[in-house]
Amino acid sequence: MASKVIHAVYNDDDILMHAVKKVRAEHHHIEEVYTPFPVHGLDKAMGLEDTRIAITSFMYGCLGLIVAITMMNYIMIEDWPQDIGGKPSFSYLENMPAFVPIMFELTVFFAAHLMVITFYLRSRMWPFKKAENPDKRTTDDLFLMEVGVHDNEDALKNLLLDTGAIEVTVTEKEA
Amino acid sequence: MASHYEAPIRKPLVLGDKGYHDVSVDIARPVEGKANKQWWIVFSIALVAFLWGLGCIIYTVSTGIGVWGLNKTVNWAWDITNFVWWVGIGHAGTLISAVLLLFRQKWRMAINRSAEAMTIFSVIQAGLFPIIHMGRPWLAYWVLPIPNQFGSLWVNFNSPLLWDVFAISTYLSVSLVFWWTGLLPDFAMIRDRAVKPFQKKIYSLLSFGWTGRAKDWQRFEEVSLVLAGLATPLVLSVHTIVSFDFATSVIPGWHTTIFPPYFVAGAIFSGFAMVNTLLIIMRKVCSLEEYITELFVAWYSGVEYEQYAFLNRATGPYWWAYWAMMTCNVFSPQFMWFKKLRTSIMFSFFISIVVNIGMWFERFVIIVTSLHRDYLPSSWTMFSPTFIDIGIFIGTIGFFFVLFLLYSRTFPVIAQAEVKSILKSSGERYKKLRDAGKPLYEMPARGQAKASAAAPVAEGNKDEKVSALMEKLGAFNPDTDTADELQKIKGVGPQMEQVLNQIGIFTFAQVSKMTSTEYDLLDSITEKFPGRAQRDDWAGQAKVLNDKKQ
Repeated sequence: MASKVIHAVYNDDDILMHAVKKVRAEHHHIEEVYTPFPVHGLDKAMGLEDTRIAITSFMYGCLGLIVAITMMNYIMIEDWPQDIGGKPSFSYLENMPAFVPIMFELTVFFAAHLMVITFYLRSRMWPFKKAENPDKRTTDDLFLMEVGVHDNEDALKNLLLDTGAIEVTVTEKEA
Repeated sequence: MASHYEAPIRKPLVLGDKGYHDVSVDIARPVEGKANKQWWIVFSIALVAFLWGLGCIIYTVSTGIGVWGLNKTVNWAWDITNFVWWVGIGHAGTLISAVLLLFRQKWRMAINRSAEAMTIFSVIQAGLFPIIHMGRPWLAYWVLPIPNQFGSLWVNFNSPLLWDVFAISTYLSVSLVFWWTGLLPDFAMIRDRAVKPFQKKIYSLLSFGWTGRAKDWQRFEEVSLVLAGLATPLVLSVHTIVSFDFATSVIPGWHTTIFPPYFVAGAIFSGFAMVNTLLIIMRKVCSLEEYITELFVAWYSGVEYEQYAFLNRATGPYWWAYWAMMTCNVFSPQFMWFKKLRTSIMFSFFISIVVNIGMWFERFVIIVTSLHRDYLPSSWTMFSPTFIDIGIFIGTIGFFFVLFLLYSRTFPVIAQAEVKSILKSSGERYKKLRDAGKPLYEMPARGQAKASAAAPVAEGNKDEKVSALMEKLGAFNPDTDTADELQKIKGVGPQMEQVLNQIGIFTFAQVSKMTSTEYDLLDSITEKFPGRAQRDDWAGQAKVLNDKKQ
């Protein structure tokens, strides 16, 4: 179903912030804001929830640690215990100090890579993905607010122009 | 509302009268333009060095490790020195990008992208040495704990050399994703500016379809912060583990607990010098108390072999290497106490080269002098590198610069999105506005609603448009004004200059008055290269040229 949206283009981050607050105060639904750089406080102003990606990273790190412990225990203690330099492989706990570097590295490896992969997939980014920003200038110096239209086109247009938008365009959006 | 306040005592980090669009134009310029002569000269030299090194590597692998200068006593010398040296250089990149991000240091933004690139390229060089030293590099995958044809024979996880495998591969891959994630918005910026179809395709692929939604930015900032938090202990662990290669052995001079911090400090020292060499920007002065500590440890431990090992370093057959290291690393940086020398680009460049040479000797001194006098005096010997040894080392320097030079022509070398986000707090234009007590932004004249995305620019015939354009830019009076050479503006060729002259534009002053409405008018008159004038920022260029003229 194609829905109607208004694209309002701004040329300054401070004007955008004021506009976002005003549009939200008037109870219009902001579908998306495209910006060329991280505008601090914009997520709060838009009412976006905090990202949970740091929590996933912590869980992936724990997974990495478990993988490392399981692997060391299987390889060095259970499967083929060796006596290296007069230090036999007795039990995992006794030999653990030698495995600390590997445990640390695998924890970091899992936490970093799985978090980044999660970020790419959640934000729908991968090689050969087509960019979805509606206006090319939003990666350069302009800010674009996308607001849904529900039989209030003219009022909304005027509101957006009042907030300092330099261009307001009504388009059909495939969704 | 984010506050843009920054103490007035801080000097602006972004000089010049720059807005957001100017940042894009400046950073995209090297990528979109052509390489100059100097780039080609340096690139050719680096390429020749790389090819020479490649030849030496092929000779080593096809003939055997015997072509190196190693012998029974000194069985580890040149290659491991190079390995430690390159890994160390890589570390400063992570420190600049990760630690300074955690501490919210804004000055890192000029150099963090290149420092991260330096990390990745130098760790690649480091990784080459152990692989070549294996003798049969096609079996390098044997270092991985994978089931194999020897039954359940595993790699030895008690060995620091295997810890190295894990540390270096984690470090390289994490640095790579950190770098690439930061690059996505900048690739997207170049993608959206690109006019050539090939360039557009490449940067679309590289940017992974980055769109800059508010949610994406929120995640982006969180991911950067977490990666920085992970990279900081990682970088310390990597060089600690590299030092374990030596410290866990029983060789006098190696067997010491000071090695992990000593190696990490040395890595930071040489890495910063390399950043300086590459960017010719002096940012940091490192002092070297660690050296005194090392000698002190030997006295303190009271082990006679240890004492001999350190005495031999300073006075034995390798005294020249020891004193080269001391001169380069301890004495030469003392000049940096003087502000005049510190801020001289040529001098700091020179010092950074000297420090890099010194740090190479530091590793060489530790490794070779400890080995060449072992417990058995009858096996005491010397090490001298063969031309193959030297060739491979020079080859990796060439390879490094080949990668770095290619990067500097194809990647956005400054994190433009981050620079834009600090522009209002640390840019000169906004600092001046704030000092003058003026607001940082002005509400634009009330905009217009457009019917559809591609609305035609002002209707009317060509003559009306020309007169509308000339009204804005001012007429050229041949009696009082002189025509400028408009071709000096990038993007204006002989043909375009003629077209501009026909319209009545002859001077930089006229061009510098153009804004987006005038660009649109011009495009609709000429019907050539739509968007070109805006993309190349003709007005900005003309302003600079006009100022120069006066």
